[in-house]
Amino acid sequence: MNFDFDHVQLRDVSRHFGRRRALSRVSLTARAGDIVGLLGPNGAGKSTLIGVLATLVSPSDGDVRYGDRTVADLGGILRQRIGLLAHELLLYPELSPRQNLTFFADLYGLDSRRVVPDAIERAGLTERANDAVSGFSRGMRQRLALERAILHSPRLVLLDEPFTGLDDHAVGIVSERIRQLAAAGAIVFMATHDLDLADGLVTRVALVRGGKLEADAPAEPGIRARYRDLVGR
Amino acid sequence: MFTRIALLVLRKDVAIEFRSFEILSTTLFFAVSCVLVFAFALVRDGEVVADAAAGILWIAIAFAGTLALGRTFERERYAETVRALLLAPAPRAAIYVGKLLGIVLLLAAAEVILVPLVALLFSAALFARPLLLAALLTGGTVGFAGVGTLFAAMLVRSRTRDIMLPILLYPITVPVIIAGVRGTAALLAVPSDDSVAVMWISLLAAFDVVFITLALWTFEPLMTE
Repeated sequence: MNFDFDHVQLRDVSRHFGRRRALSRVSLTARAGDIVGLLGPNGAGKSTLIGVLATLVSPSDGDVRYGDRTVADLGGILRQRIGLLAHELLLYPELSPRQNLTFFADLYGLDSRRVVPDAIERAGLTERANDAVSGFSRGMRQRLALERAILHSPRLVLLDEPFTGLDDHAVGIVSERIRQLAAAGAIVFMATHDLDLADGLVTRVALVRGGKLEADAPAEPGIRARYRDLVGR
Repeated sequence: MFTRIALLVLRKDVAIEFRSFEILSTTLFFAVSCVLVFAFALVRDGEVVADAAAGILWIAIAFAGTLALGRTFERERYAETVRALLLAPAPRAAIYVGKLLGIVLLLAAAEVILVPLVALLFSAALFARPLLLAALLTGGTVGFAGVGTLFAAMLVRSRTRDIMLPILLYPITVPVIIAGVRGTAALLAVPSDDSVAVMWISLLAAFDVVFITLALWTFEPLMTE
């Protein structure tokens, strides 16, 4: 069964971990082509929000609709349309890029002989395709991790701090790849602290603080100044 | 689909182990050291305490299994690859089965070394009833690994996982260890008591069916935060 959607809607989503409130009545809609920048201080709830969208964290209240369906309706079929790049890279360091990508391609039921060489080339790792990932620089790993996350052409792309530890060259490559994904119709959520990088890349800004969605608006130049006004620092 | 995913996870774990040789080497080193220490303590002038061989064999398997379980899931935690596995459009129970098969394979490799070593150091006729011994080892290993894989996966994000795993695992797998020890002791008796060994093998099979069924039911909800 194939399933697709053109928007994601969070409806009054709350998530509590014991007595700690990580998300509180967050409502937000994103459509195909959007790059939503999730901004906010440490501990604001950005990663929890990414986890909820990824179906890895269940909301305590509210629900998330992918098109007109929920994760309860779809289960594994929905996960076929979601790609996640987390702060940790979700790669096996002992394995090579080829082995990592082949494993995940097979897991997603893709033709690994077709998709893996293309992904390795896009990551710029053709020369190192059979070396263990543990010997790679952060930038090389991040490029590979991004290709792993989008190997199956997901509709919903979730990026948690995708620029951490990258040099300018790698930042440029990853930014361009994110733009390409959105142009191809992906819904991109990107949690980041790097407001300068978010400026000019994101099409919408969602400011999260204390688990609450404080602002949700189309992106305009000068995100840093607007963020400072809202957060007060 | 289910079998394909389980075998993919198994193949991936085997590929990592071939590249690093980390878990098998540490597990074997630990288990062999354990058997050697007990051999020095319990064997005097070629005389062995009754049923010691059976006890030592299963203690070594249980300790080596705990070590292997911890290390296998530490690998998935280190780069958060467990999240990538859970995000795959695959039955999560199949991921459990794949990890379980990997642990069983590791323990089987350890047992290939441990059984002859115990037989040699404790002058135990472990190979007198090879089929019954194989059935005992299979039932015990699958039962121990079945419960252990579920708990190790549950605890993968817990900071106290190294402490909690044995605390949760050993009380529940006590029947496995007792069945393994008493079944092996029955095989080592002179003459061997095959009917008692078969009774313990049956108990192990029942334990395996009940706990693996429970694990397959509970793995998905337990792994969702």
